[in-house]
Amino acid sequence: MKWTEFFTSSVGKKLVMALTGLFLISFLVVHVGLNSCIFNDLEWFDPNDNGRMFNKAAHFMGSSVVIRIMEIGLFVGILIHAIQAYVLYVQNTSKRKIGYKVKMGTKGSTWYSKSMTLLGTLLLLFLIMHISHFWVPSRVTGTLDPVQYGDTHTHDLFARMVAVFQNPWIVALYVAGCISLGWHLLHGFQATFRTLGVSNKKYLVMANSAGLIFSILVPVLFALMPISIYLGWIG
Amino acid sequence: MEHYIMNLTLKVWKQKNPASNGKFETYQVKNISSEMSLLEMFDVLNEQLISEGNDPIAFDHDCREGICGACSMYVNGRPHGPWHGTTTCQLHMRAFKDGDTIVVEPWRANAFPVIKDLVVDRTAFDRIIQAGGYISVNTGNAVDGNTIPIEKEKADKAFAAAACIGCGACVAACKNSSALLFVAAKVSHLALLPQGDPERRTRVLSMVAQMDKEGFGSCTFTQACEAVCPKEISVTNISRLNAEYIAGGLGSDKDYGHQ
Ligand code: HEM
Ligand code: SF4
Ligand code: FES
Repeated sequence: MKWTEFFTSSVGKKLVMALTGLFLISFLVVHVGLNSCIFNDLEWFDPNDNGRMFNKAAHFMGSSVVIRIMEIGLFVGILIHAIQAYVLYVQNTSKRKIGYKVKMGTKGSTWYSKSMTLLGTLLLLFLIMHISHFWVPSRVTGTLDPVQYGDTHTHDLFARMVAVFQNPWIVALYVAGCISLGWHLLHGFQATFRTLGVSNKKYLVMANSAGLIFSILVPVLFALMPISIYLGWIG
Repeated sequence: MEHYIMNLTLKVWKQKNPASNGKFETYQVKNISSEMSLLEMFDVLNEQLISEGNDPIAFDHDCREGICGACSMYVNGRPHGPWHGTTTCQLHMRAFKDGDTIVVEPWRANAFPVIKDLVVDRTAFDRIIQAGGYISVNTGNAVDGNTIPIEKEKADKAFAAAACIGCGACVAACKNSSALLFVAAKVSHLALLPQGDPERRTRVLSMVAQMDKEGFGSCTFTQACEAVCPKEISVTNISRLNAEYIAGGLGSDKDYGHQ
């Protein structure tokens, strides 16, 4: 079987979704871990941090060649994941030209497993806004304020965060993005393992449980970032 | 459960032939016993229609005991009706109350075109089986299955998968019209057994290729198929098919003719 055939059959297309989805999950781990450095500014830890820990971590991410290459990989990954998702959506919905009078609805399945394309589209819209808020000024236009920690010259991404999250509407959009992510992951996390061939029930229980924890923990941590800044707990 | 008699309103898809546009017809049926099966209720209605000189409702059926998979009816928004783990022929009228309206539709999928009324063409499944859902025994008699020892756990899983009766409810339920539960049941059944082992790598690829040619969609694990399957085939079989596909696809040089 040729590679093209391997990845373009109905099963192969799902392998592409699963592999890119898994890659995006691994990115989320890094992203949520790194951004959680902003919580060091909380009263409980170091109120004088002012984003120092986060800015330094972000500087490290921006200065390493390996990470810059992975950043390109990330854009490509999201693009492939999203394009494949829409291709599948169009193909799958075309397979039943005449529908039912009485719909199945969510009998036997969850609403979010049936709404992955919608949830993904919300994520895509969110990502466009998110990238324009932070990645563009940081990496493209270079319009962020400079800041210096010892010998390290970098730009104040933390200050940008604090500025962006003063607007309650933006905060609401970020929280909505996190909620979409949670539902998307709740189905996607365990589905990835099924797609990649895990049929052993005890591993599927692990995938389901890990998926549940991941789909709550990551979006909650992400959502707490704009919320904490807006409420003045951070910044 | 107590026996009772009911009067019902039926809304049934009527379609003259594959080329014509069908529509729903409404029928009143009276004095239906709660002990009847849904198909027997249709028999009563058809007798009535014939005696009135009208066209009876065409529907598929054969064994009427849940083993042949012929009775394809989508009843009140669910393939095989409201009961779990049963076929339409096993659905009894005690599932309904006096005065209920029952909407009956054929399986809907491009790959299952309507032949007449509630009868759909499911030969796509036959062609998928012909593509690889068998073991080759090239000469002599079939070998006695019991001469080859099989681990109990595998035999049980293979048996559970082999219970698939090819009814097509999984396709009818799936939002993507995917046939993967059916194909996975067949692939699993044979892949788990020593008799199926020699051809397991090529079998899955040939069957998936045929499935795609027939115009079924791809699986997104909503699990609606498992919920409606009269034989309770588990979606873990789909994971097994995927594992077989990965192993087969990575290992094989053959061209399987995907478009
Ligand atoms: C941070 C971003 C994202 C992550 C972490 C993510 C993760 C995942 C994962 C793990 C899966 C499961 C793959 C499988 O079914 O085997 C998945 C599926 C899917 N994703 Fe995403 N995704 C992201 C963004 C998007 C975007 C932007 C879209 C845009 C359309 C999208 C649309 C879909 C669709 C339609 C599926 C298929 C669902 C299915 O087949 O069950 N995702 N995603
Ligand atoms: S898997 Fe279940 S629903 Fe699908 S054809 Fe087989 S018996 Fe019918
Ligand atoms: S008629 Fe054979 S399964 Fe229903």
